[in-house]
Amino acid sequence: MTTQDTIRRHTIAVLVDNEPGVLARVIGLFSGRGYNIESLTVAEVDSNESLSRINIVTSGTPMIIEQIKVQLDRLVPVHRVKDLTLEGPFIDREMALVKVAGSGEKRVEALRIADIFKARVVDATITSFVFEITGTGEDLDRFIDLMRQLGLVDVSRTGAVALSRGTAAF
Amino acid sequence: MSSGTILSGAEIIIKALRDQGVDTIFGYPGGAVLPIYDALFKQNHIKHILVRHEQAAVHAAEGYARSSGKVGVVLVTSGPGATNAVTGLVDALMDSIPIVCLTGQVPTHLIGNDAFQECDTTGITRPATKHNYLVKDVNNLARTVHEAFYVAKSGRPGPVVIDIPKDVQFADGVYRTPGESMPKSYRPQVKPDLNKVEEAVELLANAKKPIFYVGGGVINSGPVASQLLTQLVRMTGYPCTTTLMGLGAFPAHDQQWLGMLGMHGTYEANLAMHGCDLMVCVGARFDDRVTGKVSEFSPNSKKIHIDIDPSNINKNIRVDLPIVGDAAYVLEDMIRIWKARNKRADQAALKVWWDQINFWRARECLRYEKTDRVIKPQFALERLRAAIAPREDVFISTEVGQHQMWAAQFLPFNKPNRWLTSGGLGTMGYGLPAAIGAQIANPGALCIDVAGEASIQMNIQEMSTALQYRLPVKVFILNNQWMGMVRQWQELLHGSRYSESYSEALPDFVKLADAFGGVGLRATKVSEVDDVIREMIETPRAVIVDMCVDSKENCFPMIPGGKAHNEMLLGPEDRVSEATPEEGMVLV
Repeated sequence: MTTQDTIRRHTIAVLVDNEPGVLARVIGLFSGRGYNIESLTVAEVDSNESLSRINIVTSGTPMIIEQIKVQLDRLVPVHRVKDLTLEGPFIDREMALVKVAGSGEKRVEALRIADIFKARVVDATITSFVFEITGTGEDLDRFIDLMRQLGLVDVSRTGAVALSRGTAAF
Repeated sequence: MSSGTILSGAEIIIKALRDQGVDTIFGYPGGAVLPIYDALFKQNHIKHILVRHEQAAVHAAEGYARSSGKVGVVLVTSGPGATNAVTGLVDALMDSIPIVCLTGQVPTHLIGNDAFQECDTTGITRPATKHNYLVKDVNNLARTVHEAFYVAKSGRPGPVVIDIPKDVQFADGVYRTPGESMPKSYRPQVKPDLNKVEEAVELLANAKKPIFYVGGGVINSGPVASQLLTQLVRMTGYPCTTTLMGLGAFPAHDQQWLGMLGMHGTYEANLAMHGCDLMVCVGARFDDRVTGKVSEFSPNSKKIHIDIDPSNINKNIRVDLPIVGDAAYVLEDMIRIWKARNKRADQAALKVWWDQINFWRARECLRYEKTDRVIKPQFALERLRAAIAPREDVFISTEVGQHQMWAAQFLPFNKPNRWLTSGGLGTMGYGLPAAIGAQIANPGALCIDVAGEASIQMNIQEMSTALQYRLPVKVFILNNQWMGMVRQWQELLHGSRYSESYSEALPDFVKLADAFGGVGLRATKVSEVDDVIREMIETPRAVIVDMCVDSKENCFPMIPGGKAHNEMLLGPEDRVSEATPEEGMVLV
């Protein structure tokens, strides 16, 4: 396999006009052209200019990733497309709410592991906890895997948000 | 009326269209656009052409746009009006034709309630357009119309839909003149990176076996781009081939033209593409009909790709030197730098290359059996070619299938904007409405739809439109009683099992022309061909010609699916079945 066929994960940030249908355009582009979406987050980031930021985690060969970026850039309401994976170091964070039910030793162990991962308890009953955890996607994967053995009943994840390191703006 | 005037939404639309220079729109009325039709009724500046089906409205607007260089404008109602237009919109998207399509919508307060003739027009047309809008505030209407025109015609052109609820058409709002606001986020790159153009000129000057591969982007760029391309090709002395969409960008009578390339392109064009050491792609997109088997496509060449749309670059074929920009700007820079640096082609190498090309040319790949027994479709087109040769003002549209490929092979296109065919989407039923659009844009010109007897029935109702507006369009049917291209593939790839490809119960096309109020002519013998063509051209009314041709003829040359450029079939004696791999059969 050459580097041309190597499938790699990329985190792409897209600055768009916050207008009706813009998310449908982005998602439609991915489904219509058969690209992969691992996660996608979107929220308004500038209310004066009415701009939203979409963070997309996707994977593909270098040729596919290049296509994804130019296709995104072609959409009329898209202002800028930034491939964080290619353009230097970046930080990515995701949040999850994780519900664990149980009692006795398992309940104590869940609390102990949550402490190690710096997860906060945001809801508690006699037989359950909801933990809030923030970290990279991999951190969350590991935490959720451990909780599986300790009575995991429900998970909600935000998908990744990401920002480049250093002083540069978008 | 200036900016800031208060008008109704419907009046704002008419005013905005006028300010955009629109004189003709193609449409069909309905409940959700009645206010706009009322505003149309009260003015005399914009002419409305009433089609018989909304799909045809878009194709007619495409024919108008392609033959005039202007934006084609469509007006249809909500629900079925909009959904019927979708095929035309996708056709325009695939072939990069500038269209603005206004659709009516149910009143704002009913949107989402499954109201009568409601559909999610912006949802349905999102992947069918370059961009679309739903206007919910009448004060945004003028700005949106102006922006739609800018988006439709700039960069890589395409169709734009504006969905307008009926209450917005009635409401009063502020009119804004063009140019007051443009989209902040949309700025297509038209001027190239000069370093890359300089690099391209060096590659061009050092090539031993070069070829220009030219597509519809040169035509979309405007007539100047075709002139510049012709100048550059002649300056270098290099061979030039064009795609189906690029026919007319370089004069067909020029010795440096190798004909069309691709699946039904010429032997010399495809072998020159396969064997070249430098390919200069100008405004084409390495479509699968052009490349054949991608892994064996022009294996030993450096490739320069000039395109206004960055997403076309490295999409299907990896290129060595991409240049993003408008073809006219890039070609102008290339010519200037070539001259400034006193470049000259390597004449010795070029002579060897042309000798090779002329050897391929000598195969006469478009040769067909000359006979008096039956009218060969190629013969009918050769006679048509001879008849139209003295005229400058001939516009040819086509439907889709064998007749389309024969028209591309046998008719001469020496100027841009004279050839109107559905290339990307391959829409049967395109040709008659496109000819109508071209005739409206070019009164007095000779507009001929080269058709098949199957395709023409997909939009035959537009004969009524032609008659209503006294448009002397000519429908030149090559009637072989088969969906010929389907039959050809079934013969070559599916063991001659002719599943549903025979055109049974055909209408009598002469009587049909008569029923519409036009003129019907028929030729069944070789001796009748010239007379029928002459009468067709001389008749100052809409004509349908029923040219009864050989029902068994196939279109050659042909590169079967999954094959490379150097694996062409030149005629019926070349068999394909045993040699066609499974992966080739699944390709379309």
